Amino acid sequence: MIIQNIFFWVLALAMVGAAIGVVRSQNVVHAALYLVVVMAGAAAQFILLGAEFVAWVQVIIYIGAVIILFLFGIMLTRAPMRGETSLDNDQRFPAAIVSLFLAGVLGTLLVQAFGKKEVVISGAKGEQLLHVGKAATLADSIFTTYVVPFEIVSLLLLAALVGAVVMARRD
Amino acid sequence: MLEYAWIIPAIPVLSFVVILFFGKKMPKGGSEIGIFAVGTSFMLACITAVQWFQRVENASGKSGGAALSAFGKGLFARAGEGGVIVQPVVSTVRWFQMGGVTVSIGTRIDGLAVMMLFVVTLISLLVHIYSTAYLHDDVRFTYYYAALSLFTASMLTLVVASNTLQLLVGWELVGLCSFMLIGHWWEEQANTNAALKAFLTTRTGDVGLMIGVIITFFAANQSFDIGKVNASALAGLNGHTIWLVGASCLLIGIIGKSGQFPLHTWLPDAMAGPTPVSALIHAATMVVAGVYLGARVYGVFWQGFSIHSGGLNAMAIVGGITILIGAALAFVQDDIKKVLAYSTISQLGYMVMALGVGSWVGAVFHLFTHAFFKALLFLGAGSVAHSGSHHSFDMKKDMGGLRKYMPVTFITFMIGSIALAGIFPLAGFWSKDEILATAGQNGFELFTVVGLIGALMTAAYMTRCVYLTFFGEYRGHHHPKESPKAITIPLIVLAGFSVIAGFANASLFDIEKFKQYIEPTVAFPKNIFGVDFDIGLAALSVGIALTAIGIAAAFWIERKELKGLKGLTERSSVLKAGHTFLVNKYYLDYLYTDVIVGGIKGPIARASYWVNMNIIDGVINGVGKGATVIGRVVYRDIDQLVVDGAVNGIARETDQAGGLLRPLQSGRVQRYALMLFAAVGLIALALAIFG
Amino acid sequence: MILNQFLILAAILFCIGVYGVLARRNGVLVLMSVELMLNAVNINLIAFSAYLRSSAGDVFALFVITIAAAEVGVGLAIVLLIYRNLHSPDLDRVEQLKG
Repeated sequence: MIIQNIFFWVLALAMVGAAIGVVRSQNVVHAALYLVVVMAGAAAQFILLGAEFVAWVQVIIYIGAVIILFLFGIMLTRAPMRGETSLDNDQRFPAAIVSLFLAGVLGTLLVQAFGKKEVVISGAKGEQLLHVGKAATLADSIFTTYVVPFEIVSLLLLAALVGAVVMARRD
Repeated sequence: MLEYAWIIPAIPVLSFVVILFFGKKMPKGGSEIGIFAVGTSFMLACITAVQWFQRVENASGKSGGAALSAFGKGLFARAGEGGVIVQPVVSTVRWFQMGGVTVSIGTRIDGLAVMMLFVVTLISLLVHIYSTAYLHDDVRFTYYYAALSLFTASMLTLVVASNTLQLLVGWELVGLCSFMLIGHWWEEQANTNAALKAFLTTRTGDVGLMIGVIITFFAANQSFDIGKVNASALAGLNGHTIWLVGASCLLIGIIGKSGQFPLHTWLPDAMAGPTPVSALIHAATMVVAGVYLGARVYGVFWQGFSIHSGGLNAMAIVGGITILIGAALAFVQDDIKKVLAYSTISQLGYMVMALGVGSWVGAVFHLFTHAFFKALLFLGAGSVAHSGSHHSFDMKKDMGGLRKYMPVTFITFMIGSIALAGIFPLAGFWSKDEILATAGQNGFELFTVVGLIGALMTAAYMTRCVYLTFFGEYRGHHHPKESPKAITIPLIVLAGFSVIAGFANASLFDIEKFKQYIEPTVAFPKNIFGVDFDIGLAALSVGIALTAIGIAAAFWIERKELKGLKGLTERSSVLKAGHTFLVNKYYLDYLYTDVIVGGIKGPIARASYWVNMNIIDGVINGVGKGATVIGRVVYRDIDQLVVDGAVNGIARETDQAGGLLRPLQSGRVQRYALMLFAAVGLIALALAIFG
Repeated sequence: MILNQFLILAAILFCIGVYGVLARRNGVLVLMSVELMLNAVNINLIAFSAYLRSSAGDVFALFVITIAAAEVGVGLAIVLLIYRNLHSPDLDRVEQLKG
């Protein structure tokens, strides 16, 4: 239990630090690399919670594909690498207030709603958790209960593909 | 090979991919790949056919050496009397599983499938060869061959389909290929329109097919399998009504795809595509998909339309009407391809009518023979256009007298025409006669008469077509010559088949190979194939055809002498009205675009205009008049003094407030997002406190 | 471990993402901040899935990942379009709707 807690807190601190790096860094590529840290951290948290399959999907799609897309985006828009112009706009201060306010509201609500409710991830009950996150269980769930959303997502991906091509091509 | 028949459609799929990606780099633009692939498929189809024949013979051998002729006379129908049923070879794999229903994909090889495999691969091969010359130097040569390969693959998938769902997939794919190939020369607006029209019209029918497939799925206790659907239908599972509804829906699909009345209007327009495409898709293979469907799930129609009871049914009526209207329209066309297109419609009418009158073998046999002579006629017309009339299809302006310049095309075209007219002993005679005889013996005498009238008209319009194209004086302004070998060889091959194909089932000479090998593997309660040859009827139909040829020839060839008949359509008002009616294709296109679409559009627009003019305007005018009277009073006393002051004051205030609020409308997304998130936070807070 | 550990971590990440979306000028960086927010949502989903012992949360996390990938694709296409038309990836140049 302790080990998992230590693991959690180390990861959480790294993730929050890296997340701040994403939104504060003055170098676009550095921001993308910080984002990798956050996503890898999230994947580790997923494993901690027994969601093995989602963790690997996270690694493959986010770190593998999305980050590469971002790097392409940075390259194609020739974003400034060194801080010659500011990457932030003029509403940093109101933005900070709004997000702190949101964090306050959310935090209070969460503490009030869930208090000290336990999520058991070790011991005999933890074993059960591994079953929940297994690829086979997820596959059964997706192809029976959630087959309609699944099909719709495939349509959405197609639409996004076509949309991206139509928008980005030169004509 | 019977178990591995999936290889036959798989080869053109492969060639489609290869041509698409590497075709342009090939020395002959990908055509060699297409020809090789379809050639291989053709060889395999032949092997499959031979193996099927052996299977049938083995089965009949085991049953105690039943004589082959007895076998041909409807053995399956009398399976209880010592015959055997040759089971089709079905091999499937699981496609998908959903909600307890497993849908498989696979091949169902029986006599019908074997026959279609042979026809499709043979004609596709000939068209592939023909096109190397016909589309030489075309801008999209490689693309054309890729589409041809895809079409062949889709058609073969449809043919070997083991269940109705797979059949539907093939059906839609051939429709797509048809669209692509009709619009092959899309630079011209007319071609694009024709492609769209074909696509949308057949799609109208496909809705019926789709619903029909779903209905039969449930009627057959949740099965798409063709064998199960047929067996359930014949057993009348779940009641007769559901099969009637299912059969009607499937019939709509047939009407759309096989150019039956009243959805036939797309087929003549589809002639905008390259001629080899017309031969392959719009004469020999794709358009007969509807007839094939009818033959495939014949049990559904048999049960649904109570075909065994004689009398009238929707299928026979649709077919009968189509025979007559198609043939009538063929008389007034000047475009040789359109004559052939209407002729195809008319002949497809024969096949559908044959299914409707219980002549399964007649329908399938006519499909078989028609594929050869109609493909031959289309390819012949293409040959004329390619080398004789400089890419024009107008018989009256650019053709005439071509028999001297293009002897091979002329002779083969003549053979095709005679076969189509149903003159003994060419292919069309045997198949048409089979249909007419069965119709008579099954108690559908009316349709025998319709068929005979159709035969009369067929012979006459083909005479007109041949005369205008090949006889008389050359009216074009080019130098006609014979076509190259790549064009003439397919013509000769097809002419050969047009002569001999009929003897596959020449009842007169007791040759009934076709019946023996092709007849369905489902036992029908009534004899649907074993009719006796009716020599009187045969003589009558040939006589009628010959008479028609004679009259038509006299009319068109000797019309200088027959002054009384010349210009008849101009002088007689009744005939002129008829001619105009035909030239305008019964006003069906007008009906679809102007009356139906316009009819729905028009009244609504007029009604809303009337409401607008009378009611709303009346109210507004009334209110307006009242308001003016009050207004005058108000203006003097209240407005000028009280309101004006107030309004001006408010306006000033609003202006100032607007100026203050303007910075909020910055046009910058992030500014808006900032406000959005702040508001969301506030709302959440409010809900938490008060909720 | 208590559930709130995960939920509050997710809330913090979400709010950092909100800050990024509001305060960043470069379009690509805004999209990255959106990804931060989506990741926070995923952590929530997985945490609840573990808490309730149901795989529904996992399935929806998968859907979110899928849709996020589509969103990045379309979003980057939009940023590219902005860059091509305004010669800059900065979002505060996009103010044609100014009142």
